This record gives sequence, C-alpha cells and structure tokens, in this order.
Amino acid sequence: MITLVKRPTPSRGWSYTTPLLAVLATMIVGGLMFAALGKDPAQAIRMIFWDPLFGPNAAYFRGQLLVKAGPLILIASGLAVGFRAGIWNIGAEGQYIIGAICGASVALAAYPAESHLLFPAMIVAGALGGWLWGMIPAVLKVVFNTSEILVSLMLVYVAQNLLAYAAFGPLKNPQGFGFPGSRNLQQYPSAHNPELFAGTGAHWGVLAALIAVIGAYILMHRHIAGFRIRVAGEAPRAARFAGVVPARLVMFCLGLSGALAGLAGLFEVSGPSGQITDGFNAGYGFTAIIVAFLGRLHPLGILLAGLLMALTYIGGDMAQMMLGLPGAAIQVFQGMLLFFLLGFDVLTNYRIRIGRARA
Amino acid sequence: MTGDKLLQIEGLTKAYPGVVANDGVGFSVAPGEVHALLGENGAGKSTLVKMIYGLVKPDAGTMRLMGKPYTPAEPRAARASGVAMVFQHFSLFEALNVAENVALGMENPPPMGDLAKRIREISNAYGLPLDPERLVGDLSAGERQRVEIIRCLLQDPKLLIMDEPTSVLTPQEVGILFHTLRKLSSEGTAILYISHKLEEIRSLCDGATILRGGKVVATCTPRDKTARELAEMMVGGEFKATDRAQRTLGHTIFEVKDLDLAPMSQFGPALKKVTLSLRAGEVLGVGGVAGNGQEELLATLSGERVSAPGTVLLHGQDISGLGPNDRRRLGLQGAPEERLGHAAVPAMSLTDNALLTGTVRRPLTNRGFLDMKAARLFAEEIIKNFDVRTPGPHVAARALSGGNLQKFVIGREVLQYPEVLIVNQPTWGVDAAAAASIRQALLDLASKGAAVIVISQDLDELMEIADRFCALNEGRLSAPRDTEGLTLDEIGLMLGGAHGMQEAAL
Repeated sequence: MITLVKRPTPSRGWSYTTPLLAVLATMIVGGLMFAALGKDPAQAIRMIFWDPLFGPNAAYFRGQLLVKAGPLILIASGLAVGFRAGIWNIGAEGQYIIGAICGASVALAAYPAESHLLFPAMIVAGALGGWLWGMIPAVLKVVFNTSEILVSLMLVYVAQNLLAYAAFGPLKNPQGFGFPGSRNLQQYPSAHNPELFAGTGAHWGVLAALIAVIGAYILMHRHIAGFRIRVAGEAPRAARFAGVVPARLVMFCLGLSGALAGLAGLFEVSGPSGQITDGFNAGYGFTAIIVAFLGRLHPLGILLAGLLMALTYIGGDMAQMMLGLPGAAIQVFQGMLLFFLLGFDVLTNYRIRIGRARA
Repeated sequence: MTGDKLLQIEGLTKAYPGVVANDGVGFSVAPGEVHALLGENGAGKSTLVKMIYGLVKPDAGTMRLMGKPYTPAEPRAARASGVAMVFQHFSLFEALNVAENVALGMENPPPMGDLAKRIREISNAYGLPLDPERLVGDLSAGERQRVEIIRCLLQDPKLLIMDEPTSVLTPQEVGILFHTLRKLSSEGTAILYISHKLEEIRSLCDGATILRGGKVVATCTPRDKTARELAEMMVGGEFKATDRAQRTLGHTIFEVKDLDLAPMSQFGPALKKVTLSLRAGEVLGVGGVAGNGQEELLATLSGERVSAPGTVLLHGQDISGLGPNDRRRLGLQGAPEERLGHAAVPAMSLTDNALLTGTVRRPLTNRGFLDMKAARLFAEEIIKNFDVRTPGPHVAARALSGGNLQKFVIGREVLQYPEVLIVNQPTWGVDAAAAASIRQALLDLASKGAAVIVISQDLDELMEIADRFCALNEGRLSAPRDTEGLTLDEIGLMLGGAHGMQEAAL
C-alpha cells in the first residue's frame, strides 16, 4: 500500500530534482514510444538531445538553439510572473502575433527610409501591440469578471485571422508578384534584427530574453512587488491584507506578459522570419507555457528550460527528417515533459510512504 | 461492571508521525451521563472522538458499546451503532432548506413531506423549534446548530458527541441548548461534551475526563471543582491569570462614524451605521456570534475594504479611502481571524510572513528591495518575544500549530508598535497558556498607550481584558458599556438575546 503524506514544509531538494526526473522519465517513456513506432530508441533520443549540440552538423544547429530559445524564454519569463500570481495568460501566441504585426507595420510604413530610430520605434510598437492584446482579457476580467484563460486563448484565433488579413491585405508586398506576405525586413537594413555575433544565432531578441530573465529575477525575488505577486498566487486574501489591489495586479501581469510576447514577435518578424506571412506564428506562445512550468516559474529555471525545449524542437526536426519519425510523435514527446513534471511535482509537497495503510 | 456502561474505552492509542495523539486512553460513559472531555488544544480530544466516531482507526486498544466490541470502520457504521456527532464546523448547504439539508445527511431519507413532519415533531419535543422549509442561509448560527442536532436526533442516538457546541451561541441560546441536552440525558442518551468553557462544564456535566499530552491525567466530577482547579488540571501547573495593570486613558485617537458596508458575500451580513470611538490606552471588546459582521468590521477598519468618506478617522484624519498599507503607515494594524490564508501565507516561511505586513513600519526593504536579513531578524524577534515554538524562521507557516501561528501573527503586529490594533478572534483554537500570553501582550500594548479593539466570541476573554464592551449583532454595533459590573444576562441581551429563536417550552 502506498500513501501520500503531506510535507509540512515543501521540499527544496525535490523541487530542484523533479525537472531532472521528468526529463529522464520522458526519455525512457518516449524511447518506448519510438520503439513501438519501429525506430531505434537510443538513436532517436541521441538525435534529439545530443546531435544538435555535439553531432556532426552541430555548428549549424547550435546557432538555431538560441534562435528558438530566445522567444521561448522571453515569453515564458513574462508568463511566469502572472502564473505566480494565479493569473493565467494562455494567449501569449496571440500577443506574439499582434506584436509582430504592429512592429512590422511601423517598419513597412517607413519603407524605404533609413533611420537609426526605426528599430527602436519598432520595438516600442511591438511591445505596445502585445500589451494592448493582453489588456483586453485584463480589462474584461476586472470589469466583468470574465475568465482570462478563455478570453486570452480565444483572442489567439482572432489574432491569427488578423495575421492572415495583414499578410494578404494591407501589409502585402506590392512588389511580391502577388504572393501573400510582406516585404522581407531582412533586406531593409534599418528594420533588420541581425545576428549580433556571427554563427551564434544571437539577435537582439536573445539579448532581450536575457534581460527579461534578470529583470524577472530581480522583480520576483528581490523586490517587494514580486513578493506581493507571489503572495497573491499563494493566498489571495493574504495578498489583499498585505495591500495588493487585485485589479491592478491583473492589469500588471497580463500587460507585462503581453508586452514581452509582443516583443518576441517583433524580434522574430524582423529577424529570423523576416516577413509577415499567414503561417508566421510557430507555436512559441503555447510552448512557452511548458517552458514556464518546466522552469518552476523561476527565471533561471526558465532560462534552462527554454534551452532544453529549443533542443527538443531542433532535435525533433532532425529525427523527423533523418529517422522518419512522425511530427505528432515529437509533439507527444514534448507534451510528456510537462506531464511528467506535473506528476513528479507531487514529491515536492508530499512524501511517499510504502507500507501500513493508516490514515 | 461492564453491563451498566454505555461506552467503555481501554488503552486506546493513536500515533501520528512524530507525535502520539492518544496514549493508552481509557474512560467510560454511563447511559444518560453527560461526560466532559477536557484538555488544551493538542491534548488529543479531537483524535479521541474521531476514533469513537469512526473517522480515525486506533493503533491499539479496545472500545465497547453496550457491552459489545465496537470497531467502527467509518462514520456510517458509528451512526448505525447509535453514535452521532455534532461538529464544531457545520456541514450545511446555505442554498438548501432545512429539510433538504437533513435529508442529505441520512442514509435512507423518507419522502420530503414525512421528513418535514418528523423534523417539526422532534424539534418541538426537544424544545428546539425549527421550520423545515426555511433556507439555511437565512438562519442564525444557533439555528444552524439546531439543524445539525436534529439531524442527529432523527437517528435516535445512544451517544451524542458535541464538539464545542456553545462557541457560536449567545448566553440565552446556550440556556436553550442545555435544556435540550438535559432532557436527552434524562431519556437515557449519553452525551460526550467537548468544551473549553469550564463554567459550562461545571453546570452541565456529570463527569469529566481530563487529557494532557494524549494521556488521561485525571477524572473528576466537575461540580466538585472550581473552574481554576479544572484549568490547572488541564495545563498541569499553576494557571497564570492576566495582569490587568492600571492604565491611564488618553484622548480619543480612533473614531468610526456611521459606517455602512454592503455584504461581501450572498449570505453575509451588511454593516449598518457602525459607530465607535477609542481612546489611547483603551481596550474595546466587540462581542457577538460569528457571522454577524465581525469579518466585515475588521476588513473595513484594516483597509481591505474602503468605506464612504468620513466614516473612519485616525487622529481626526479621514482614512476611509486608504488601503491597508497606508493605514499601517499611520499606525493602524489589524490581525484577521483566519490565520492560514489571510493573516499568514501557509506555504511561505515565517520570514516571508514577517514581510507580509512588516515592510511599512519596519525597515525591511530598501527603496522597495527586500532586505531578507532584516526580515529574518524580525521573524526571529517575534519568535523569541512571543515564545513561538518552531525550529526557526525558515519553517513554513502551515507547519506551525494553530496556537503558535497565532502567537506569531499577533507578535508581528504588536512588535510594530501600532497606535491602534484591531484583532479578530485572537485566541480562537489556541490553548489556555498561549491564549493567556496573547491576552497579556494585548494588555501590555494598551498600557503603552495604544488603543486596542478585540473582536471575539469568547465573552470570558472580553470580560477579562476589555475596558468597555459592545455587541455586534446582524451588522449593528450596540452602544458600548463599561465591562465592570456588566452581567452575563445583560451581555446576552446586547448580543441579540436568543436571536429571535423561541425559548424552549419545557
């Protein structure tokens, strides 16, 4: 008989160990799944976790790692602040899209003028767009007490339609021979978000992600505002008692996570992607939710989790190409990571006792 | 000997990790006996009755009911054997009526019409009139308790267990309840009665078993002992009464004028025209049965809820629109009733919990940045000065016992030296020794010139420490009276008498 006994104080050791255990369990169960699909599990796992870093073509893939990890970390840092407060922004994908559209619009409106002020203006526009898209669920929650989970999620689909409209309509490249999609910002020097160090994949967005991690750490762990945010998530009544105004908290958290997601969209559209197309969004906004939890909602954890998640993206693509693994299998594999993490999380708050079943 | 006992318990033992809750407990109850279980919090009373009611399985020991071995596997089995229990916290649905609530607690409820008839019969027979059609949300605490009692009586129990039944009642309502219990006992139903209120036990109970540290330390006939002797048996030492030193009252520093507040929840009370004033060095006691606006009063005074301009004044300054931290800055602190989740964050350490309210009046932050070392020192200061039993400030709040956490919460506010302190139920669920030290701390604060408002259901506590007493009843605050010379009857009437309940016709 196995019983769970609640720990009086959450275990510190386990809260650090569970992410590693989750990765390990994902490798084992994922390996079994790959074997069931008729692939060599050892080879598949090595291809996902090892080859992108140390394999024969690692030089190329390592650059990709930061390109993928940057937006994940940037978005997840913002989401984690809200999650800590119990405010669930599930619509970062939408805020990411709107940020990209707003940022790109500023660039395309200025085209072909060259100016050092253009890129900063785009950054402001991107953040503002994401912030505005995040404020919609925030205001609705404060005024009508709607669920921010549902509203922010549904706004993703609205954003996707706006994206398609922009790509086929107002932002379409007039010299694009009728193809949908905007001008490529990579060919517009003032608007381009270039690789800062050749071969690393690090563009301005990666730098922004690093700043976000540090900023989030200072806010959440060194400042009274972050302390109150954590209290609000743990015990809402105690937060009120400590002087937190719930409406302001909702606005702050959704606004911040929206702005960071918008920034991620702007850096993507002006950098690696280059243009607004109707398939511009790649699911970073949703994957960032996994990253936030995998990183224990802690900024430094998110940094590591973002890198790990980026690795499974790249390695997964490789395994798909080289081993013929179905794309869905890779998604299941990534989902497992969150599943096992939440499962092993029980150990942080509970002890397992095997033996006598006495309550 | 076994034959004439209803319940006989021998060597009952139950251990939890790190603590033996019950250690070889033995006692017996005769049919028709009203038997008291006495002990401080953590003495093992709850564990003991939970074993009798089938909620917890003993590790060792035997129980016999009416001479036969009795090993209830679950409460249903206990009820089938004739054991019923009225819990301290009611398990009633406010949106359902009385009969529906009673039916939900029965194994095979009869048709609603029959049940309503039975409820009327039983409730009248025992002097607890109750209308089966009324919505529970509209009932007073005393009437809700009647629902629970009648639910038990419908099963015709041989043994009725009551856990702190009078904590929610006015003195008049206590009188009605005691009539009922005496009638039940005269019909042969035994009652196992748990209470902290020693005078009640002396007037009601035939026998008493006193527990300390999980062991039976004494049995006695309560009528033959004084309340003080009973208290000393409970704590196992001399009982230190609070020292109510002479205080000089200063000028008025805190005023509340015509304060209204809309209900915070569907069945919650509204505050209506609450008016009070407080002088420096004064302790004002606010009595009343829970649910009559205590929480609402604390929320509006501490700043969690704002009220109309001009209703709350500190030093003549209007603070009605200020939040909790602005009020703290001006010297007004509060300590809510609910410790876990309101006054403290359960999963956070004591250091973090010291930060919760301490940053305004204590230098625990530097331009908004946390000074964790200062916070830890503050937590250690609270732990040391208020005798909080815990391994250290890194421990999570939820790991502390109720009494220890309460000492921490009160200590946190008192050590910020407020000019006005408002506490709600400062000693609820706290053992006698800790309660005495909390009361002493409040008195000490007042003697340094602070004004203190103590909201409590414990009338003895208010008589002990308050200079003036007023009652909160359905959101209205009565005019304050000096506690000296105030009789229990007068207090009862201030509390709303029997809350509109009919007097027992016995």
